[in-house]
Amino acid sequence: MIGLVLKRLAGALPNVIGVVIVTFLLTRALPGDPAAYFAGPSATTEAIQQIRASLGLDKSLAQQFALYLRDLAKGDLGNSLSTGQPVLTEIRQRLPASLELTLCGLVLALSVAVPLGILAATRPGSWIDHLCRLLATAGVSLPTFFTGLLLAYVFYFLLGVAPSPLGRIDVAFSPPPAVTGLYLVDSLLARDAALFRATAGQLALPAATLGLFVMAPLMRMTRASMLGVLSSEFIRTARASGLPRMKVLYAYAFRNALLPVVTTLGMVFSFLLGSNVLVEKVFAWPGIGSYVIEALVASDYAPVQGFVLTMALLYVALNLAIDVLYGFIDPRVGIEG
Amino acid sequence: MNAATLRHVRYVATQNPVTLAAFLMFSVLVLLALAGPWIAPYDPLASDTANALNPPSVRNWFGTDALGRDILSRIMVAARLDFGIAVSAVAVSFAIGATLGSLAGFFGGWADRIIARIADTIMAFPLFVLAMGIVAALGNTVANIVLATAIINLPFYIRVSRAEVNVRRNAGYVEAARLAGNSDLRVLALHVFPNVLPPMMVQISLNMGWAILNAAGLSFIGLGVRPPQAEWGIMVAEGATYIISGEWWVALFPGAVLMLAVFTFNLLGDGLRDVMDPRMRT
Repeated sequence: MIGLVLKRLAGALPNVIGVVIVTFLLTRALPGDPAAYFAGPSATTEAIQQIRASLGLDKSLAQQFALYLRDLAKGDLGNSLSTGQPVLTEIRQRLPASLELTLCGLVLALSVAVPLGILAATRPGSWIDHLCRLLATAGVSLPTFFTGLLLAYVFYFLLGVAPSPLGRIDVAFSPPPAVTGLYLVDSLLARDAALFRATAGQLALPAATLGLFVMAPLMRMTRASMLGVLSSEFIRTARASGLPRMKVLYAYAFRNALLPVVTTLGMVFSFLLGSNVLVEKVFAWPGIGSYVIEALVASDYAPVQGFVLTMALLYVALNLAIDVLYGFIDPRVGIEG
Repeated sequence: MNAATLRHVRYVATQNPVTLAAFLMFSVLVLLALAGPWIAPYDPLASDTANALNPPSVRNWFGTDALGRDILSRIMVAARLDFGIAVSAVAVSFAIGATLGSLAGFFGGWADRIIARIADTIMAFPLFVLAMGIVAALGNTVANIVLATAIINLPFYIRVSRAEVNVRRNAGYVEAARLAGNSDLRVLALHVFPNVLPPMMVQISLNMGWAILNAAGLSFIGLGVRPPQAEWGIMVAEGATYIISGEWWVALFPGAVLMLAVFTFNLLGDGLRDVMDPRMRT
């Protein structure tokens, strides 16, 4: 098993290298002269020269890349112009909020999509099947920012059941003592039930928005792979041997159908991390998505690049985790290579 | 368009009523994109502060926004911009992706490895995040939105064309064309590539919806299209502030039209795929 993990790690390495090179090239592709930009509008020619030298922009591209790698190794992503804080610190402070939202969205999507997919697969051609298909297509067509607004309008303005869709926590509460940074977990650790309920309430709408968007690919894949497995010979044998229906469905079919679903998780995470930015803007969620939008509006490039790099590395890590998980679910993967 | 093509289109449309409906909606959207500015009832940029934030009425079917501009007119006019971005992005993506992918699949070797590596590197990013990074780095213009959307769609075209060309490169008719004295490139362009087009068309249709969604998402967060220009994503963003106070129409109508457009392309793509390759049906 350790061998498999190491092998996957080595396999992810080219992706990490590619990500770093692309982010470096994006840094160098800044519009205009970065030195003049960082120096500000009233800077003299010497000041610009000085900044160019201090940024290493007077060196060759290869040398600049080496400098960039050195800074990265030290964890230096530059400073934000608008707040003056190191980008790494700010991203680290805001990352838990984004992670909490993304994970809740994923869990919500899985808990709806997988049962529906199984239901559709066991009754192919029925109205449930058609309904699922329609829902799935509608789900990927929904612009997340629009779904978010719609949910906020219905559940906050019309029905009044959701709290005001602004931020992670209601103003009446103060955040729980930070242990993991995930408010749901932290409020449980602090044994504060009221706070947990308040946090969950704030989280419900944005997480549902994210979940709706990624539900579709998950449901389609569950249905397709369940259909494939259900028509295979070992299922026929299990049925012919008189095993109970539920046992055939869950112990035999579902476990084998799970593999392609796990594979689609990679694509699903790509969607989740991307639409996370939009959902955070709609719900004023204080994660790295709103951070990067604030930076974009202020033309503050260091946070944007730090954000792109963080998200890409996070995504590579998630894909790696999925690969390893795949090895656990399907022992054949390890043997075949 | 010859008779065989027409027959095929009719077959695709009548196979599945949903596909037919999608095709009709698609025609309406194309009409809007072509003729939007002429059939819009009002000037999309003319503000009228006396009639700001009016709910839908007989005069303004979709209501007016915070500056008193007619929302229906803005939606109609925006169709051209949204479609234009998506069509040009998909066209660029298709042209580059199909060329690279076909070459990789046909010749193999080091070119194949480099091209596959490029596709993998793009896919190593969450795609919307990469698009944001590209637009932020290259500059905040509509042209860069098109470029960014094209780049994040590239891997899909590379992969489809590479796989489809690869399975055909040693087919009987390819051998025959070679023996007849055609050069490699000529065989690829005239004999293999036309056979790869059907699966690529499905990819294009599925990608169109996604391209519209991405472009609208980028302008929603303030990249690319600038106010006061009408664009669906930016119109939703402008309406976002009013939705909590109950002025739902400002964001709802552009959002709904955006959703409908994407939905249309997804249905169309599914319908095409069912007809082209029934095994892929999910």
